[in-house]
Amino acid sequence: MNVRLTRLLLALSALSVSATASAEQSLQLNLTRGVTNISNKVYDLHMLVFYICLAIGVIVFGAMFWSILRHRKSRGVKPATFHDNVKVEIAWTIIPFLILFAMAVPATITLIKMDDTSDSDISVLVTGSQWRWHYSYLEYDVEYQSIMATPREQIYGRLPQTENYLLEVDRPLVIPTGKKVRFLITSDDVIHSWWVPEFAVKKDANPGYINEAWTRVDEPGIYRGQCAELCGRDHAFMPVVVIAKEPADFEAWIRGEEERLRTAREEEQRLLSMQMSMDELMELGQQTYMAQCAACHQPNGQGIPGVFPGLAGVGVSVGDQQAHIDVVVNGARGTAMQAYRNTLSMRELAAVITYERNAWGNNTGDMVQAADIHHFIQGNQ
Amino acid sequence: MSTIVTDTHSAHDAHDHHDHHPKGIKRWLFTTNHKDIGTMYLWFSLIMFFVGGSMALMIRAELFQPGMQIVDPHFFNQMTTMHGVIMVFGAVMPAFVGLANWMIPMMIGAPDMALPRMNNWSFWILPFAFLIMLSSFFMPGGAPAFGWTFYAPLSTTYSTDSTALFVFSMHIMGMSSIMGAINVIVTIMNMRAPGMSYMKMPLFVWTWFITAFLLIAVMPVLAGVVTMVLTDKYFGTAFFDAAGGGDPVLFQHLFWFFGHPEVYIMILPSFGIVSAIIPAFARKPLFGYASMVYATAAIAGLSFLVWAHHMFTTGMPTFASLFFMYMTMLIAVPTGVKVFNWVSTMWRGAMTFETPMLFSLAFVVLFTIGGFSGIMLAITPVDYQYHDTYFVVAHFHYVLVSGAVFSIMAAAYYWLPKWSGVMYDTFLSKLHFWCSLISVNILFFPMHFVGLAGMPRRIPDYALQFADINAIVSVGGFLFGFSQLIFLAVCIKCALKKGEPAPAKPWEGAEGLEWTVPSPAPYHTFDVPPVIK
Amino acid sequence: MSETPEQKPQRQDNSRVITRLLGSVIIMFAFGFALVPLYEKFCEITGFNGRTSNTAATANYGMEVDQTRVVTVEFHTRVSRGIPWEFQPEVRSIRVHPGEVKVVNFYVENRTGKDVVAQALPSVSPGEASLYLNKTECFCFEQQPLAAGERAVMPMQFYLDPDLPAHIHRFTLSYMMYDLTDQVRVTTTASRSE
Repeated sequence: MNVRLTRLLLALSALSVSATASAEQSLQLNLTRGVTNISNKVYDLHMLVFYICLAIGVIVFGAMFWSILRHRKSRGVKPATFHDNVKVEIAWTIIPFLILFAMAVPATITLIKMDDTSDSDISVLVTGSQWRWHYSYLEYDVEYQSIMATPREQIYGRLPQTENYLLEVDRPLVIPTGKKVRFLITSDDVIHSWWVPEFAVKKDANPGYINEAWTRVDEPGIYRGQCAELCGRDHAFMPVVVIAKEPADFEAWIRGEEERLRTAREEEQRLLSMQMSMDELMELGQQTYMAQCAACHQPNGQGIPGVFPGLAGVGVSVGDQQAHIDVVVNGARGTAMQAYRNTLSMRELAAVITYERNAWGNNTGDMVQAADIHHFIQGNQ
Repeated sequence: MSTIVTDTHSAHDAHDHHDHHPKGIKRWLFTTNHKDIGTMYLWFSLIMFFVGGSMALMIRAELFQPGMQIVDPHFFNQMTTMHGVIMVFGAVMPAFVGLANWMIPMMIGAPDMALPRMNNWSFWILPFAFLIMLSSFFMPGGAPAFGWTFYAPLSTTYSTDSTALFVFSMHIMGMSSIMGAINVIVTIMNMRAPGMSYMKMPLFVWTWFITAFLLIAVMPVLAGVVTMVLTDKYFGTAFFDAAGGGDPVLFQHLFWFFGHPEVYIMILPSFGIVSAIIPAFARKPLFGYASMVYATAAIAGLSFLVWAHHMFTTGMPTFASLFFMYMTMLIAVPTGVKVFNWVSTMWRGAMTFETPMLFSLAFVVLFTIGGFSGIMLAITPVDYQYHDTYFVVAHFHYVLVSGAVFSIMAAAYYWLPKWSGVMYDTFLSKLHFWCSLISVNILFFPMHFVGLAGMPRRIPDYALQFADINAIVSVGGFLFGFSQLIFLAVCIKCALKKGEPAPAKPWEGAEGLEWTVPSPAPYHTFDVPPVIK
Repeated sequence: MSETPEQKPQRQDNSRVITRLLGSVIIMFAFGFALVPLYEKFCEITGFNGRTSNTAATANYGMEVDQTRVVTVEFHTRVSRGIPWEFQPEVRSIRVHPGEVKVVNFYVENRTGKDVVAQALPSVSPGEASLYLNKTECFCFEQQPLAAGERAVMPMQFYLDPDLPAHIHRFTLSYMMYDLTDQVRVTTTASRSE
């Protein structure tokens, strides 16, 4: 059986559902074949089981419809009276068993391959948290978080939706082609599930435990996936984007990242003494707030009653400044509030806290500078 | 199955002298009559079916096109959660208990259920359970939003306070189910008419007998799990909290230890219903009665050994994945036996196609399609791709809607003349069938495609490539939802006794004790047990 | 319902069945809870969830060191929300021979003005490897109190069982540091009030 035939079969069944479905050329109806050896094996397995089911279906439903057409009272048939046949019954117990055995063999072989994470060339720690992915390269000094890049305006219909709607991130994961990449997967809060259909990799991110998966991608390209396990309000909005680059390009990229992160840290230290103006703080703060905080606390700072606390006129944003810094820097235990210490720069932390203390009529007039954050983190208060 | 010699005299006798009962609300509040309680269960489940259905329509309305148009994502999650909980615990399970109440005593020649007062109690706590559950919509943060599977820690540390109400109402529902199951078991064991041996019982009784044991085995485990969720959230235990040495994956093991037998709790009585209806309209005895009983028992037994097939992506060691994959595949064998038996029952019969038969035939085909996708899902490596996508949603809606719900409707049409004493409106019932059959496939079949193409489940918004199919699915959803209003109309007409008076046995080929009593069935039946030879 | 003599013995029969069924209900409820320790035991035996033992293994210095094999052990640390600590291993990974005893230090610093009690919980992947990882000494066995601004070096001494399956060439040991300050405060105040 070839792919075309499969497509045709599936398209035909789709046609029976809707004429419009076949109108679009790119409409995907079947499982993603994917770009790895494993994902191809998985696809073949999927098709094998599908065809077996199809064949059984044709036989069983064929017999049934034959019976419906021929053995109807309106044709004046006399009903037979048989109600047992040991031989037949044994046959249709044994035969399915053998068919299942035929499916189990390739499934077992593929599964053992998928579970074998040994001899990997590079390891990436993938950490899920509400609602973003955090990637950390174990062999390199590079880590960053990856947030959905689709603007809220597109989600709420104020801007037209663009091609990769909901499947685009600010900073994709980058992996080398032709190398066995091992993913260590865990979570900071609830259970998430890291899924890239084109790698046939889906693994749950369990808080407090690590899971493993691996892939070897041969084709450079951009591959998109999503979180697959219900993880709260914005479960739909934590996509996975992976870019596979040729090893040399990857090496150049990761060295560049290391360099960039190092200079950023140095720059941060150098600028610690720099005072930002209120306007600068508010501008950067608003940007940071919209990207990092608005999903829960909402753009208007109202939060969602009973779920996410509001910041406008209540809580830490109009209370003690040190407590406010503490909760943003370290997160709050047992809540969705995560620690931003390692994900935001001190300037951004300062700005977002200043923004929260002065936006939506909070008007505390407080200004927090990067140096204050540095001071807090160093524990010298 | 069995040769039945009825004591028509006694049935007649009962009709004359015992048909006295209180009128009005008191009749329903204090009734211990299995028929009254059955009726209340059935109406309750129908109401819940519409409540849960309207939540599904809200879900489908939001998913009609990409982008957020109607509800907030948090409210969307409340909808998916409550839709699942209500349909499972409020619609399908009470409908089966209602059918059991009405039919089991009449099928085995018993005057009533064995424990009539407990029967009353097990029904009446149910509406309160759902009032508690639904009242959580008015709490700050709204109703539970963690899915009907309430995975920890989303349902513990990260949930709103509605969790407490959720747990409490789950406890009450569990108690109701356990009491119902005890009642069924005691009734079947002790109340059978003389001569009604176990292997002469109708398959509906058999399947319910086995279902009741499943309920006894797993509902207490569910009660334990929700209790652990409650103590984890409010009393500082750490069953599922890694920080205290617990394991969130343990929650899933416990939940699915309940959850997979629960799946069979919702389908085994369907097998019994279909096994009663197909022979009746094929005018031919059920093929392989004994193998049906054994297959049901085999499915029930295996259902305790397959739970982790819901959890292949949680990161199990290979040996565990393989074990659960093989066990799951194995369950296809007894299920296949059932389908083959039904088809053989039709083979060389003399079939007619009244509405109960139409729903049963649709059940066989559509449930089998759900079975096929079930086999596909059992294959662990491929399940990594299917898991938590719309492919799974399509799968379990095929087995639960066009499976369990269709069988309940078949049962309703089959026994409505017996319950109400009037024939249902044939035109409306056929209209209901054809509308349901077409719309249920528009609703659920394309979900397979969108799931294979990579759309995760439980998302309020999706990428653009899924848009066309979701629009079709939503249209199907609304068609299916509104088609059920026809069913409501049929039921109301019967309840108001508008229709042709039904004879004691309206179906030519029907077998069983229930057809030996007049229609409508008198308030008390089989006060003097019939004799079965 | 009229009570006929035949129904009398049946009633007793009912109560026996009901008692048994209620007994089963109670047993299954208890079984639900019993599954928790059973699961833990099962994990301990099979390495199902990748937790390592939380008690010290006896040091076995005379053990044969398998010089022919080298296994890479990777270390990774994380700090849970709300706990203002720095927590790092001294090395990202080491290569060891099975049977060889190694010590790895973990550095921890409480950088804020709060006294904190925390505990690190280990997770090993692949889980199977956790069966062969024997820790003779580990900070993760106990809760770690750290006063404001305090630093500490926490050692972890371990060896790999030479029976480690041949297909494992590398595994990861991850520690997640959890803040237990509140729980500890509750228990200490409770014990004080006694």
